[in-house]
Formats: sequence, C-alpha cells, structure tokens
Amino acid sequence: MSLWRQLTRGLSVLAHRDEADRDVADECDHFLEQAVADLEARGLSPEEARRAARRELGNPVALREEVRSYGWENAFAAFFADLRYAARRLRRSPGFAAIGVLTLALGVGATTAIFSAVNPILFESLPYPHAERILGIWDRGSDGSPVTVTFGTFRELLTRARSFEAIAVWKSWQPTMTGAAEPERFDGQMVSAAYFRVLGVPPALGRDFDPADDRLGGPRVAMLSDRLWRRRFAADPAIVGRQIKLDDDLYTVAGVMPKAFESVLAPAAQVWTLMQYDTSLPPGGREWGHHLRMVARLRAGLGVEPARRELDALAHAPIHEFSRPPWAKLAQGLLVTSIQDDVTGGVRPALLAVLGAVTLVLLIACVNVTNLLLARGAARSGELSMRSALGAGRPRLIRQLVTEGLLLALLGGALGMALAQLGVRALVALSPSELPRADAIRLDGAVFVFALIVTTGIGLLVGLIPALQTSRVDLHQGLRQGSRRTAGGHRRARRALVVAEVALALVLLVGAGLLLRSMRLLFAVTPGFNPSHVLAMQVQTYGHRYDDAGATHRFFAQALEAVRRTPGVAAAAFTSQLPLSGDADFSNVYGVRFEHDRDPADEHDAFRCAVSPGYFETLGIPLRRGRLLDEHDVAGASTQAALISESFARRKFPGQDPVGQRLRLGASDRSWNTIVGVVGDVKQASLAVSRVDSVYIPAEQSPWADGTLWFVVRAQGDAAALTPAVKRAVWSVDKDQPVVHVATMDALVESSAAERRFALVLFEAFALTALVLAAIGIYGVLSGSVNEQTREIGVRSALGATAGEILALVVRQGLGLAGLGAALGLAGALIASQALTSLLFGVSRLDPVTYLGVIALLLAVSALACWAPAWRASRVEPSITLRAD
Amino acid sequence: MEDSNTDVIQGTLDMLILKTLSLEPMHGFGIARRVEQISRGVFKVNPGSLLTALQRLERAGWLDSEWRQTENSRRAKYYRLTRAGTRQLEIEAAEWNRRAAAVARLLKAEA
Repeated sequence: MSLWRQLTRGLSVLAHRDEADRDVADECDHFLEQAVADLEARGLSPEEARRAARRELGNPVALREEVRSYGWENAFAAFFADLRYAARRLRRSPGFAAIGVLTLALGVGATTAIFSAVNPILFESLPYPHAERILGIWDRGSDGSPVTVTFGTFRELLTRARSFEAIAVWKSWQPTMTGAAEPERFDGQMVSAAYFRVLGVPPALGRDFDPADDRLGGPRVAMLSDRLWRRRFAADPAIVGRQIKLDDDLYTVAGVMPKAFESVLAPAAQVWTLMQYDTSLPPGGREWGHHLRMVARLRAGLGVEPARRELDALAHAPIHEFSRPPWAKLAQGLLVTSIQDDVTGGVRPALLAVLGAVTLVLLIACVNVTNLLLARGAARSGELSMRSALGAGRPRLIRQLVTEGLLLALLGGALGMALAQLGVRALVALSPSELPRADAIRLDGAVFVFALIVTTGIGLLVGLIPALQTSRVDLHQGLRQGSRRTAGGHRRARRALVVAEVALALVLLVGAGLLLRSMRLLFAVTPGFNPSHVLAMQVQTYGHRYDDAGATHRFFAQALEAVRRTPGVAAAAFTSQLPLSGDADFSNVYGVRFEHDRDPADEHDAFRCAVSPGYFETLGIPLRRGRLLDEHDVAGASTQAALISESFARRKFPGQDPVGQRLRLGASDRSWNTIVGVVGDVKQASLAVSRVDSVYIPAEQSPWADGTLWFVVRAQGDAAALTPAVKRAVWSVDKDQPVVHVATMDALVESSAAERRFALVLFEAFALTALVLAAIGIYGVLSGSVNEQTREIGVRSALGATAGEILALVVRQGLGLAGLGAALGLAGALIASQALTSLLFGVSRLDPVTYLGVIALLLAVSALACWAPAWRASRVEPSITLRAD
Repeated sequence: MEDSNTDVIQGTLDMLILKTLSLEPMHGFGIARRVEQISRGVFKVNPGSLLTALQRLERAGWLDSEWRQTENSRRAKYYRLTRAGTRQLEIEAAEWNRRAAAVARLLKAEA
C-alpha cells in the first residue's frame, strides 16, 4: 500500500517538480516565519528574533535542500539533471551532435540489421523441441561427400539402428491441387511415416501419419500447413477426414500442422504425404535410387558419437535380410551431420564474415565518436575546471561525461534501430535465395535486447574514455587560459584512436578487395555454354494420363515442337538437368560404369542429362569429337547413344578415342549405351564447383520417362519477352501442365554466385563506410593538432619555413598516423582473411595485388584528409599567431 | 538554548510526531513547539529532520496533509493523523513502553 504511495508520490514529484519545490519552499518559509513570531512573542525585538531563529535553525536554503532531497525520485532527479545538462550541451553544438549520432546510428543500425539476419541461422537452434538431437544421415560418396540415401538403406537402418527415437526419409513433391478453385501447384514433401516425430512437432489438428499406411498401395493421406488450410479451406476444422484432389488423385486430409510450425528442411512446403514405397525393395526400382534425404532423432541422453559409431558398424556389417546393390553398399560408411549445419552450413561462412565486418564498422564508429568526445573534452577543460572548483568531485564529473556519452549512444541507438528496420528489409531482398530461415529474419525481442546492450556498451565506452582523460585536468592549469595546450595526454589518445581506426578500415578494405577480385574471376569462368538470349523453364507432367511413359514422351515431344514453331524462337530443346538451375543436389547424379573397366565395382558419379536432339546447339555447348544427337536417336534405334563431357573423357580414355566405347548409367540391369560423341565441359552445379562430369542420353532412349524437364529456348531477341508465348505453346498441347521456374540463363548464372555477391555487396558497403569514417578521423585529429600548434607553426614560419615545408610537416604527421595504422591493419588483415577463405575463388587470401591496391587506396584517402588542415597550417600568418598568446 | 536539551532520540521522532498530531491537526512549527513544550525543553526538534519525517510519514499513509491560508495570506501545510496513523501510534507506543520498562528494570537491578 505504502509502496504504491511511494511510487505515485515520487512520480508526481518528478512530473511536477516546480510545484513540489514550491510546496517545500512554502512549508520551510512558514516554519521559519512561525519560529520568528514565536521568538517575538517571547519578547525579542523583530531584528533579534530573526537573528536568533537564523542561529537556531540554520541556513534556510540548506533546510529547503534537505527537505527537498527526500524520496527515491531524487536519485533519478540527479540523473535527469545530468541528462538535461547533457541534452542542453548537445543542443548547443548541433553539428557535433549530428555527426556523433549519425555515426553511431550507422554502426548500431548496420550491426543490428546483420545480427537480426544472422541470429536465427547461426545462434538460435532450429524451431523444434531438442533440435540438437535431430541429425541428418547421408550415404558417403566415393570422394567423401554426402550423397542422398536410397529407400533400401533407410529400411535397413529403420530395422537395425538402435540409436534413434525416430528415423525418416523425404523427398520434395510438387502436387497440383484441383477442385473448386482454379488449379494450383504447391511445394510439398513426400515423407516416411515418422517424419513429424523426427522433427518433434505433432499436427495441431487431426492425427499424425500412421506407419501402417506407409506401404505400396496404402490409403492416400495428406497433411496440410496452417497457411494452406487458412487460405484454401477457410480454416475449417472439419477439413480432417475430408478428401482433396492432388494430381488427379483423392487424398484424405489426416491433419493440419500448427501455425508456428516452420518447415526448415523444405521452406516452401505446404502439403505432405506418405512416400508409400515398396517395402519388399524390388531390385532396380526407385527404392534403390539415391534420391532421399534422411533425418533421425537421437534417443534422449545419447550423444552423436555413439550413434555415429553404430551407423558405421552397421554400414560395414551387411546382413542377409538386407542385400545391397553395388551402388548402395555403404562401403564408405554413412555420414552423420547436424541438421542445423545441413540447413545453415552453406551460408555460414558468408554470414560469419559479414558479421565480423559489421563489428569492425561498429568499432570504427565508436572510435570516431570517442575521438570527437575527446576533442570536445579538450575544448571543455576550462568548463570542467570551473565545475570542479565549485565543488564537483571527480566521480561527479565522470558521471556527467558518461551521461553525455550515454545520451549520444541512446540517440544513435534509437535512430540505428530505425535504420535497422530498413536495413533488414534491404537485407532480405538482397539475400541469396538459398538463405535458410529467411522468414525468421525480423527485429524481435532478442534483436532489441542485443541493440540495447550494444548501445549501452557504446555509451559507457565512448563516455568513459574521454571522461577519464578529461577529468584528470589539473584545476589550476585548466583555469589559466594560456595553458590550454597542456593536454598532451589526450592528444596521444586521439592519435592512438586514429591509428586504430585506420587499421580496422584496412582489414575491411582487404576483405572487400579479396571478394571483389573473387567475383571478377568467378564471372570470368566460362560456364561451358552460351547463356545469352536463352530462356529456361521447368515443365512438369501430372495426372494419370501420364502414367504411361509413352504418353509422357509424346507430350514433351509435342510441346517442344509447339515451342519451336513459336515466332521469335531460334532454337529449343529440353533436358532433365539444367546447368546452374540450383537443383543439382545429387538427385541427378548417377553411377556410371564403363565397359572397358575391368573391375565391375568401378563406378563414377556423373550428372545424367536426358536431352532432346538440338540441346547442345540451343545452349551452345561445343562438340569436341564424334557427333551430336539427331532425329535418328529414337527409342527403337539400333544404338543407344550417349555423349560424355570433355574432361570426363580425357580422364577415362587417356590417349584413346572414346567414341564407340560403351557405358552404363545407373542400375546394372540397364542396357549399354554407345558413346557417339564428346562435348565441352559444362558447369552443372555452380560456377565455382568444378564438378562437371556429365553423361548425355537421348530422352527418348531413357529406360524411364522423366516427368519433369527443363525447356531451353534460344530467342532471336529478348529472351525474357518470349515467356508468355512459350508458355502458351506448351499449354496448347495440354493446358493443365504446370510451367514453373522461368528464368533467363543469364539470371541463373548471376544467381549461382548469389551468396558471394551478398557478402561482397555488404563488404563493399562496410568498407566504404569504414574508409569515410577513418578519413574523418584523420581530418579531425589533424585539424585539432593544427589548431593547437598554431603558435609553433607561426614560430617556424617566422624563422623562415616556407608554406611548402609547413604543408609537408602536417601531411607527414597525418600520413605517419595512417602508415602506422596501415601496418597494424595489414597484420590484422593477414589473420582476419582466414575467415574469408571459403568465399574466395581463384585468389589467395594473401593476394599481394589486393593488399597493395588497398594500402594505396587507404593512403591516398588519408593524404586527401590531411590536405585541408595542412593547407590551413601553411596559411598561418606568423605575426597574428605570435601575438595571439 | 540551554545545554540540557537533547536532540530527539533516533527513531522516536516518528512516534512523537504521531502522538502530537493525535491531539489536533497542526503545521510543522506547531509540532516542533509542542514537542519542546510538552517535553519541557528536553527534546529539541531539528526542522530539517522534522519536515523530512513528515514527508516520510505522509508517504507511509499515516498522515494526511492540507494547505491552509494563514492570516497574512501565506500558505501553511497542516498535518492530520489518519486511521492507519492512529494504529501505528498505538503500536509504537506499546513498543516504546515495553522497551522503556525493560530498560527501567535493568537500571533498577543494576542499582
């Protein structure tokens, strides 16, 4: 009760300080008045009474102060007084305030924005209960790289592995929903029954998948995302048990996932169904294709290591019940990864580098503001001496100066948060499309707390350093006007700060320079085809009319024919694997066996490209040997043709002609293909990844029909403009088939470097900021030192130094600082560039060209920053300066 | 100012104020004078301590205050005991009596 009164009274005093002060004053006056009256009543003359009262009661001002200082609110009041004073001081020098606040806002804003982007990826665990127990399991490729698993391996582990609570496989699925509204294609996942148990998230509505349903010919069931449920079914709770139509089939809705469920593994997934593979594992079926992602949830209390050991033991101990075909022998063992790494591993180096870069920017911003405050501190030594002479102790002065730093930081922080808001949006727009958990990027509580901590830290830092420096000012010297240049200490501090600033800027510049060089080199890489004027799009088949392979072949052939007839199309073809399309995630990688290899187990991984004749001509892939595909390479032809890529041929057939040799793609029961030609290497996965081994076969001769193909169209003019016409041509054959992922090949080439570009753009921005801030720092320090040295300069020129010599003197000072900073920065960059290694391409992290270039740039900018103060110094009129003191 | 009068014993000021106000509402100087008079000059009240204590007691909810106009049209702050203040006075008086009795017994035993 009284606590409440304490609080409200205290607040009301704070709110109505003047009124409260008047009340106290009135009460004290009344008290004294009464005391005087009382003494008069006892017979003293008014004059004596007043004096006696004064003697007895003490100083009325002190009394008022004593009464006034009662209450908790007064502790705040002192702080607020400091704050008010600090605010008044900032208002009085708006230029200084603006520069300080803006600099800090830039630093805090950039750091906060980057932190908000990086936080869900690098620091937060995935949004699943005990996410650290969810592991990814991969087959290990011959080169040790992770390869997607087969359903057969999954079945074996499901029975044999003991380390896991639940284990599941999945592959992506793009069903088309038809029904009342217009047909719509969704991203989804085909999963085995325990998928949601691995993630640890049960549906919010309905029930989880029933393992009994996960078999060949089992009932078709679907799980919906909360978003899909709200959008297409108006959040109707009666949806569970109802039937929806996907890809011409009726699916019973099993349940709806919770609103908060984030599908991290397949970010766009809206609908899930059971995989329903054949558990009898027929040899040669899809059950033995390497195309599934496996995830497993560790048993509680079990470490990753025991699980890894168990999987390794299982891989090397095949048992009779689970016979393995040669390509799924698990001879290299199994690979266990943390799912967090699987999801975020690709972008982690870029994000860490960017986070490091932005921290450097923040540091530079702090150094700059500290420098500004130091410079002001020097100018204020007179004021501070005065305050200290009036009785303010050193702690009181420090508190005042720190409050000023805090105020500056808080203003900067508030503005910085606003900048961060914009920055986050720009960041998401700029981010590479493969940036995981992009939806989780936002300014949330964690980010706010982060910004607050950073801001407060900065405030204390930038306030405390100048406070400690300045408050040491000697009282007498401070008050004597003539000695205002005695503060040699703070000059040293300012110089040290500038050196630090230049060093930090150099580290950033080196990073930006290395990335820039990498980007140049990357885009100088030829992808192996001519991307200009080529449009690409994915055409899919769905529905029972394409259950028959012949129908699928026919549809694609007719669609291609229609596209070729479209005006503006110079050439067109299709392929099952499009270079740089981003889906080269090993699902198109197959084992290849060459007939001339003795050892039947000798297999090579290569991209399988089932293409139409004309594919090489359309993309401009050069023929090196033999012939390209033509209209004779049809299903019933006597030779099953194949082409292989150049370096693959060189490696497998050194000094021989590969044409006429035979190879087999995939399972051992497949027929042999005869190599009819060799074509140039094509970068399939990305410009930077050197994996290029490819085998091309005519789609018509493929043992199975690909249900999804990429159409590539070479345009006579603008490729993108052809999009509607080409789509119409495809739909003229069958209007229900989805056409997706439309892009020009130029755009695909660009986006294959998106992650590096993301890092590069940010680094460039940060490095530029750092450079400008460092230049401002140098300028500021030199201006200050020229002002302080006016007398010395005057003496020098009076003694005959020319303007040029004075100019050189000041520039030498500035460049000395810059040079020292550059030397320190060089050492820093040599160490820090390690963090960039994985982002670099074709350039060493110690690339001398970059380092030299960056140092030259930095020194040039420093020289520019020196110029203005040096010029001013050289114009110093000796007669005026000498008289000034 | 005789040497024999003492400052109010630490901790008893609150009780003396409450007791004084239990007779009638009063302003600050009135309280001080009354304490001195009734204690026959034994207790001298420091005005700073008194006015601060009044604020404290008011915030504790034991006193109410109102501003009145004086004859020479100045403002005077009058304090009045609240019901909670009355209860508090009883508690403090009882506590004081208990202690005083204990001290008295000790002194007697000593003698």
